[in-house]
Amino acid sequence: MKFKDAEHLLRMAFLFVAGLIVFVLLRNALVPRSFGQYGHYRGDALGEIKARPVAYAGHGTCETCHSDVLEVKDKGKHTHVACESCHGPLAKHADDPTAVQPEKLDTRVLCVRCHEANSAKPKSFPQVVSADHSAGLACNECHKPHTPVIEAEAKATGGKKK
Amino acid sequence: MNLSRRKFLILLPAAALAWESIKAGTPEAAPNYNVSQHWWAMLVDIEKCIGCGSCVRACQKENDVPDGYYRTWIERYRISEVDGVENIQVDSPDGGKNGFKPSNEQGLKEFFVPKMCNHCADSPCTQVCPVGATFASPDGVVLIDQKYCLGCRYCVQACPYGCRFIHPETNTAQKCTLCYHRITQGLTTACCEVCPTAARQLADLKNPKDPIHEYLRTHSVQVLKPHLATGAKLYYNGLDGAVR
Ligand code: HEC
Ligand code: HEC
Ligand code: HEC
Ligand code: HEC
Repeated sequence: MKFKDAEHLLRMAFLFVAGLIVFVLLRNALVPRSFGQYGHYRGDALGEIKARPVAYAGHGTCETCHSDVLEVKDKGKHTHVACESCHGPLAKHADDPTAVQPEKLDTRVLCVRCHEANSAKPKSFPQVVSADHSAGLACNECHKPHTPVIEAEAKATGGKKK
Repeated sequence: MNLSRRKFLILLPAAALAWESIKAGTPEAAPNYNVSQHWWAMLVDIEKCIGCGSCVRACQKENDVPDGYYRTWIERYRISEVDGVENIQVDSPDGGKNGFKPSNEQGLKEFFVPKMCNHCADSPCTQVCPVGATFASPDGVVLIDQKYCLGCRYCVQACPYGCRFIHPETNTAQKCTLCYHRITQGLTTACCEVCPTAARQLADLKNPKDPIHEYLRTHSVQVLKPHLATGAKLYYNGLDGAVR
């Protein structure tokens, strides 16, 4: 008869354990496996963010195929300007050079982005007022984009701005 | 009692199942890249920035940032003194994407300040997230889990630097990922890649060979809003006191 008295307690205990198990199962089904791997977030998110394809291949990639251009560019003042800074994102071109052709560049737009005179720019940076300097001519009429300093003129004028 | 013994026997396998699913292994970490060996930061040299907007354009192309939203942007500061009081004007047309029109005023102190997520070590934005969708990764990059984000905007408000926005199509919070997909495979970020004057440089503070260490030793470098103690890791060289 003693047992009979305790039965309601056992029932409670049973319900409690069953509830606990349901909770644990549900929680495990709902919380992603990797949650908490590194902290209070889904560890897999790192991998997902990492999986995004790149658009800019990086200058190292261009240089493997265009070593001729690199050689020329490294002699000039644009040596630290990365290829894709001017040519735009070309990872697709690097993957398949014949299928994806880089766009032709309009130097009238391209060069002034960096070189248009602006009093907020560091004084040491070479700047021109394009309207006076080129009078509407494309910059590559006179400058070679990869080696922009015009040798003969630079010697004659000591590289001074006119 | 018989009854509960039977039930107990039914419960056993269920409990075993629950235990199994707790123990189930953690997913494999990515090969080659070891998160514990990096601690990413960025260096911005105000004295070198020419405000060309290359970084803003590159960021938008690399990360498909919608028009009118910016994960990085450039501000132009123009500071004049009127009767001994500093008058600060800041503009950022289209985030500086297409450069800045020359100003005609003379005698101003002028400079460009590129801005983006500071990838704070103790970030307020990650602390307010109710679902664990935004977090600082073990390699020091503040990221957002796009599948977990509810779009509740808490983090957008919590960021003291205004670096987060709600994407108009996905309705989730987005921000600079420090090009996590690039830096984990040995490339630099898109903005650093295209910066013509090296005004921006990616830095790995855990790499003893990184030039950042020498740079930090020899320059007086600042972060934005240091009084907030967010552990910001966007280091500025030549930062004017007027910049907020
Ligand atoms: C796998 C080798 C390869 C890589 C990598 C590569 N290119 Fe090319 N690229 C080529 C080839 C081949 C052509 C010529 C395609 C043709 O004319 O059909 C070309 C053409 C070009 C052109 C156009 C030349 C013209 O006459 O109009 C540009 C600009 C260019 N590449 C820039 C780049 C840049 C910038 C990168 C770095 C992201 C790059 N390339 C990476 C192979 C490569
Ligand atoms: C300052 C901007 C700039 C940079 C930096 C630059 N280019 Fe160019 N590149 C141009 C322009 C502008 C043209 C178009 C020239 C023309 O039409 O006369 C061009 C043309 C080319 C061509 C076509 C053939 C040729 O030689 O004229 C190739 C190939 C090329 N670039 C590859 C590269 C590679 C590779 C790099 C990096 C090592 C690079 N460029 C860096 C601006 C740039
Ligand atoms: C992405 C920015 C960028 C673009 C676009 C760009 N340049 Fe430059 N340019 C530079 C940088 C950086 C230097 C190096 C400045 C230095 O040495 O301090 C430079 C240097 C030069 C110089 C040498 C100035 C001197 O005397 O020291 C000339 C000339 C020049 N660029 C012309 C051009 C022309 C022409 C174009 C268009 C084809 C162009 N640049 C496009 C960034 C750019
Ligand atoms: C009519 C020919 C011509 C055209 C067109 C031209 N330039 Fe020049 N540019 C020169 C000469 C000559 C120099 C002086 C020699 C040198 O430094 O290369 C020069 C110098 C420069 C310099 C260096 C200035 C300095 O302070 O050292 C820059 C930058 C420059 N040009 C940019 C441009 C840009 C940008 C364009 C297009 C908007 C352009 N140029 C178009 C002839 C030209």
